[in-house]
Amino acid sequence: MTSLPSHTDRSLGLVIDLDTCVGCHACVTACKGWNTENYGAPLADVDAYGPNPVGSFLNRIHSYEVQPETGPAQVVHFPKSCLHCADAPCVTVCPTGASYKRTEDGIVLVNESDCIGCGLCAWACPYGAREMDPEEQVMKKCTLCVDRIYNENLPEEDRQPACVRTCPAGARHFGDLSDPESDVSRLVAERGGIELMPEQGTAPVNRYLPPRPKDELPELDVLAPFLDPVAEDAKGFVGWLDRTLSRLT
Amino acid sequence: MNAPKVDTSPKVSDEVRRTTCYMCACRCGINVHMKGGQVAYIEGNRDHPVNRGVLCAKGASGIMQHLSPARLRAPMKRAGPRGSGQFEEISWDEALETAVSWLKPLRETDQSRFAFFTGRDQSQSFTSYWAQSFGTPNYAAHGGFCSVNMATAGIYTMGGAFWEFGQPDWDRTKLFMIFGVAEDHDSNPIKMGIGKLKARGARIIGVNPVRTGYNAVADEWLGITPGTDGLFILSLVHCLMKAGRIDLEYLARFTDAPCLVNGDSASDEFGLLLANEAGKKLVIDRRTGEIAAYDAPGVRPDLSAVHRAEGATHRTVLLHMADKYLSDEFAPEAVASRVGIEAGRIRAVAADLARVAFDEAIELEREWTDFRGETHSRMIGRPVSFHAMRGISAHANGFQTCRALHLLQIILGSVEVPGGFRFKPPYPKSATAHPKPHAGVTPGQPLDGPLLGFVHGPDDLLVDEDGNPKRIDKAFSWENPMSAHGLMHMLISNAHAGDPYRIDTMLLYMANMAWNSSMNTSGVMKMLTDKDDSGEYAIPRIIYSDAYSSEMVAYADLILPDTTYLERHDCISLLDRPICEPEAAADAIRWPVVEPDRDVRGFQSVLCDLGARLGLPGFVNADGSPKYKDYADYMQNHERMPGIGPLAGWRGKGDEHGRGAPNPDQISKYIENGGFWIAHIPEEAAFYKPWNAEYQDWAVSLGVADRPCPYLFSLWCEPLRRFQLAAEGRHRLSPPEHLKARYAEVMDPLPVWYPPHSSGEGGYDVHAVTQRPMAMYHSWGAQNAWLRQIHGRNPLYVPTRIWEAKGFQDGDWARLTSPHGEIVVPVAHMAALNENTVWTWNAIGKRKGAWSLNENAPEATKGFLLNHLIHELLPPRGDGLRWTNSDSVTGQAAWFDLRVRIEKIAAPEEVQPSHPAQMNPVGKAPDLVARKSDA
Amino acid sequence: MHPAPSIILFTTLSGLGFGMLAFLGIDATPPMGLSALAFLVIAFSLAGGGLLASTFHLGHPERALKAFTQWRSSWLSREAWVSLLALSAMAAHGVGLVFLEQAWRVLGIVGAVLSLATVFATSMIYLQMRTVPRWNHWSPPVLFLGFALAGGALTTGRVSVALWALPLLAIVQAFAWIDQERRERSTGTDLATATGLGHVGRVRAFEAPHTGESYLTREMVFQIGRKHAMVLKVISALLFAVVPVVLLLLPFTHFLVVPAVASHLLGALIQRLLFFAEARHVVSQYYGRWDMTGMRGG
Ligand SMILES: Nc1nc2c(c(=O)[nH]1)N[C@H]1C(S)=C(S)[C@@H](COP(=O)(O)OP(=O)(O)OC[C@H]3O[C@@H](n4cnc5c(=O)[nH]c(N)nc54)[C@H](O)[C@@H]3O)O[C@H]1N2
Ligand SMILES: Nc1nc2c(c(=O)[nH]1)N[C@H]1C(S)=C(S)[C@@H](COP(=O)(O)OP(=O)(O)OC[C@H]3O[C@@H](n4cnc5c(=O)[nH]c(N)nc54)[C@H](O)[C@@H]3O)O[C@H]1N2
Ligand code: SF4
Ligand code: SF4
Ligand code: SF4
Ligand code: SF4
Ligand code: SF4
Ligand SMILES: [Mo]
Repeated sequence: MTSLPSHTDRSLGLVIDLDTCVGCHACVTACKGWNTENYGAPLADVDAYGPNPVGSFLNRIHSYEVQPETGPAQVVHFPKSCLHCADAPCVTVCPTGASYKRTEDGIVLVNESDCIGCGLCAWACPYGAREMDPEEQVMKKCTLCVDRIYNENLPEEDRQPACVRTCPAGARHFGDLSDPESDVSRLVAERGGIELMPEQGTAPVNRYLPPRPKDELPELDVLAPFLDPVAEDAKGFVGWLDRTLSRLT
Repeated sequence: MNAPKVDTSPKVSDEVRRTTCYMCACRCGINVHMKGGQVAYIEGNRDHPVNRGVLCAKGASGIMQHLSPARLRAPMKRAGPRGSGQFEEISWDEALETAVSWLKPLRETDQSRFAFFTGRDQSQSFTSYWAQSFGTPNYAAHGGFCSVNMATAGIYTMGGAFWEFGQPDWDRTKLFMIFGVAEDHDSNPIKMGIGKLKARGARIIGVNPVRTGYNAVADEWLGITPGTDGLFILSLVHCLMKAGRIDLEYLARFTDAPCLVNGDSASDEFGLLLANEAGKKLVIDRRTGEIAAYDAPGVRPDLSAVHRAEGATHRTVLLHMADKYLSDEFAPEAVASRVGIEAGRIRAVAADLARVAFDEAIELEREWTDFRGETHSRMIGRPVSFHAMRGISAHANGFQTCRALHLLQIILGSVEVPGGFRFKPPYPKSATAHPKPHAGVTPGQPLDGPLLGFVHGPDDLLVDEDGNPKRIDKAFSWENPMSAHGLMHMLISNAHAGDPYRIDTMLLYMANMAWNSSMNTSGVMKMLTDKDDSGEYAIPRIIYSDAYSSEMVAYADLILPDTTYLERHDCISLLDRPICEPEAAADAIRWPVVEPDRDVRGFQSVLCDLGARLGLPGFVNADGSPKYKDYADYMQNHERMPGIGPLAGWRGKGDEHGRGAPNPDQISKYIENGGFWIAHIPEEAAFYKPWNAEYQDWAVSLGVADRPCPYLFSLWCEPLRRFQLAAEGRHRLSPPEHLKARYAEVMDPLPVWYPPHSSGEGGYDVHAVTQRPMAMYHSWGAQNAWLRQIHGRNPLYVPTRIWEAKGFQDGDWARLTSPHGEIVVPVAHMAALNENTVWTWNAIGKRKGAWSLNENAPEATKGFLLNHLIHELLPPRGDGLRWTNSDSVTGQAAWFDLRVRIEKIAAPEEVQPSHPAQMNPVGKAPDLVARKSDA
Repeated sequence: MHPAPSIILFTTLSGLGFGMLAFLGIDATPPMGLSALAFLVIAFSLAGGGLLASTFHLGHPERALKAFTQWRSSWLSREAWVSLLALSAMAAHGVGLVFLEQAWRVLGIVGAVLSLATVFATSMIYLQMRTVPRWNHWSPPVLFLGFALAGGALTTGRVSVALWALPLLAIVQAFAWIDQERRERSTGTDLATATGLGHVGRVRAFEAPHTGESYLTREMVFQIGRKHAMVLKVISALLFAVVPVVLLLLPFTHFLVVPAVASHLLGALIQRLLFFAEARHVVSQYYGRWDMTGMRGG
């Protein structure tokens, strides 16, 4: 269904905390493991042990260096998977209808049996969230673990994306971003969650929580009272010690 | 529009088998999903105390490790020259008989001609038991080059260490400071802990020359100059003491700060702590002004006491600390330029630590009773906590730096309190409660005691009458007396040099000594292939157990192929490195969730078999028959002491824990419970453990301790002072002349800082360090088709200052020279880096032909090791001696003391040095990986 | 963008083919009989061959028919339909010309319009990509149609049309090259908006998610060197416009149409190569490789 639904009942997506992500790549391989075994064809790797291995992954971790005007440079680890855009250009370009956005939850999926592997959707995605499987030659993308989040064969607590479940730092959150009361919406509100490339007009569902301000240890004068010397040398220290100890007991 | 029907509830698997991960020493619980009898998917076990369901990148790609094309297939004997990788497959019988034919004569004549060293061994209580039974003095695991400074500094100072032996009170701490950690063994718990802090908005300060990973998420980053942390920490101590922002209550009650230091300069005990006949340390009781044993009921130790007796003045440890640390040499202004952190920031950090520790103190309404019998109505918490690892310990001044950090957390009163740092059972355990090392060899007999342990003075050293080391690695010798974990990094070079003696056979287990486990890798490869005049290899026989086609495999004469972690029994025991939590004791197992499809055997089972064939006590019954069928049998039936065995859970009839008779159903109980066992510590015993009577009793009841043994934290490290006394000529034994001056400098009983031994002389003014990539485990990761796409090559990261000065551009290469050698490698720019430091990811570089990778794999053509530049010995200094590149106290390998020169050069074809390819005995890897288990 | 040979061939050849068909369709005095057949065979093989070439880059050409289903939203689907209609209309027109020596004007004009609509639809596939600023621009339809028309004129022997169309095309192309650059520079997307980290400071890519290649880096993060591109532009313009015009102005024009067409085609192929190779996809921002052509990243 190449046309986008005018409305989705829910907007399921991820909220990724850039202040917490340590860049461990756990979500990358957990995603690869689950999605190789489940939805669609396995995520293949060609030249797997050779000079030029290329495999399909649905989630990858970049890292950036940010140089503020003052203070040391910062490093930000930056996970990226499909953002399940409301105005998903990848869907509208698809000539076959293989790419579609679900009305019930807003998840953008590829129906692999309809995909001709033309690659247009990957061109249309500004985020690099789609990769052609090197073996199966169909388009691969994050399914938001649609086969986990409703899966009745999984215990209730496990009905969440593989990447969220595995993230050791708890930097990934899953929920309904159309519900202002959901945990994820609250997080976005509290922490000023942002959209990536808003100018591309894709209206992504996923949000990123920006890193908290860094290297702002209070200047000493504010804290000066805390470090007022009680002694300049060992002798003074003994005097202070005696005075203090006599107060202690 | 009708969307296609998606099956949102597919069947996940036929069965879930719960066992323990093995891609690193963190030992997380895993759920292995099976489909059609095959491993389909691996996820974290939510019930598991270590990981609570999460998995790291390695753990979550365990399936690719399990299916690696580099898995060894059968026992092999060497069929070409060493290093070539040519092998011939043989039967297990032939392999074991060959090993017996080599080992038996050694056991009957001189066991010291045999050396058994293991790498990231998770069965050290078993392998060391085997070694002891065999009777060799030459056994150790990899701790000596890994982080023995961290382990020993912690244990000697406070009876427990960072490493994985304790952790911050993640739920309560408000300020967390982390020194020199890229990943560490507690891989997932640290990430989970950081996640908890972030969720609560608590703050993190990272001290590291490189700002990646944990340091990237830290609120505050201090890009310290490598090797100077001790100076920085002591400057913090200086600021805190000067401002009187230290926890006097805590110091007085729980540490040796009030203990009296012998001030009689004429005495042979000058500088040791005064003690009574029973060996109890002495304090002055503030209530009476009288001298008293530190643990006398109700005693109130006086921190500022000065005791005059027989013409000598004995002052407390705290007063000695005041003398030392209030000195201007530790003022922030005096250290700033050396540590690379401005004085203002040092003060700000000190102020912040004090503010959080004291002004944001927390209290738990929990009553507890201390070892003096005093009951406290509340538990006071200092919510600042610390963690550190190899960044501070892998330096030649690491032992004292680690001690300095413990001193800092102790004066803040933040160890074993709510919000602070907490031990995990079997810790706390004072250094004196550990065994001492042994090396008494009797042909045909077991060794006279445990091989490794803690020395407390010259009397405990393993040296002969002439002062020569008894061990091949020279552990516990004058050169590095407190080397509690042995010195694996000296094994091959000492064996090659026949110094202190020649050995005949070396048995290695999961240690890639021909590659990234060694310093001076190219040199070590040569030592392994060198022959003596008779044409025999300088190290005549090498037996090696690996599971994969690693670099080291090529250098062995006999290969004992191991299984993968999903195919064998394993035991993560309270007897060595368990998976405990600060609130619980816990241990775990691995069990074969699938049977091997190759002719391979679990190494521990092979050791049981070899032990029986050699007739080692403990491995044969009275009638000479094998005592254990396999390792599983050992895990269930071995008893270290009556009632205490490798596994603590479900002993006796399945209803006894900790202590109890062996239970033939024990392993199935573990399997039923998800592969682990856990026993929670009562709430009242959960803090103040070294002094908490209830904890001490609990530990005994569980078999973690033999009897209650509360102790004081040792700010004053007496063993160090005893070595100094020996150097001062006040002991029966004395160190060799050339070591005496160094003893005076480095063996200070209070934490000190001295510059690392390798200086920047000769223009080698750039520091070079490595970091663990979170998604790779040493050399093992490269055979994993998923992980190698993440880290298939490693650049040398160069800070902006050097990048610009040398005119580097993206895509450039550099020559890196150390006093020992040179390498040629690709470079990349990094701004968030100490301006005098370059770094790279550890162990991405591979030898051509290893790991079943294509010879042109980027790991071999663009990936590189810094190890070629690091020598196990320091450059000659004209004193005729070659000093080791190790910490003088513990022998810890000083990996991160490396200094280099860097210059831009034209891009070569591939990295240098380039070693010829080794042959891969397990055949070619497939091109395509696309596996679905039910397809 | 990776300049896949199949797509370069497809857009160039089919553009030329449909251009020819358009001229054959509107021609008031079209060739008839065998000579019509000759023209039609050439035009159809260019248009059809191009379309066929396009399937080579499909992962699943056997499912190509599915591409007809999404005409409501997808330009590729529309292109499929329009090309089918254009080819059918022109086939019917061709039957008239070749076998009946009949020119059905209305059908011809419809066929011509559909042929140009096909080229337009093709160009819209590119224009709609906001992710590729160079394409998200007036130029793809103008240039694709321009090449179709100028090339069509040339190949159908309309020397006088070609003589002014080719120089005009060269001028428009030169302007497009300049204006595409401006478009690319003025895209609102940079690493700051891509990461949302602009408020912290200057953002620079540090480590890529993978040290090896991936579909993305191969397909999208491809760029040709700046100097290289300049040289190719000059060669392309020489070949697609200058050389043919010079040849056409020489005497014995009749014989020189063939080399003129060959030169034009070669130039057009180079133009198309550049169309892809020079185009930057915004995803290269994430890889810190937006600025890899000559200029160093900021
Ligand atoms: N993913 C993964 N996990 C692992 C391993 C692995 O290979 N991969 N290996 C395991 C093993 S065996 C070990 S020993 C542990 C080691 O775990 P870590 O202790 O984290 O060891 P390294 O990665 O070597 O990190 C050393 C850190 O210290 C920093 N550093 C270097 N010199 C200094 C200094 O002078 N001062 C300070 N403050 N920092 C400094 C480096 O920049 C680096 O960040 O990890 C274990 N866990
Ligand atoms: N430059 C530099 N060098 C370093 C360090 C550094 O920080 N910088 N760190 C040092 C430290 S702390 C360490 S711990 C070492 C680690 O370095 P290595 O000893 O190289 O560690 P691993 O890669 O773990 O190699 C151990 C071997 O165990 C094998 N193995 C894996 N699984 C199994 C199994 O199940 N059974 C058996 N029998 N074998 C198995 C692997 O195939 C591999 O050959 O590196 C050291 N080298
Ligand atoms: S698992 Fe979590 S912390 Fe690790 S890279 Fe992914 S989001 Fe970041
Ligand atoms: S992120 Fe890309 S693939 Fe995902 S919905 Fe948006 S445009 Fe489509
Ligand atoms: S690659 Fe597949 S999903 Fe993407 S646009 Fe083409 S047909 Fe649609
Ligand atoms: S939601 Fe599922 S498919 Fe998407 S990135 Fe996470 S694990 Fe992968
Ligand atoms: S940290 Fe990762 S590799 Fe280590 S045991 Fe846990 S899941 Fe396995
Ligand atoms: Mo280690």
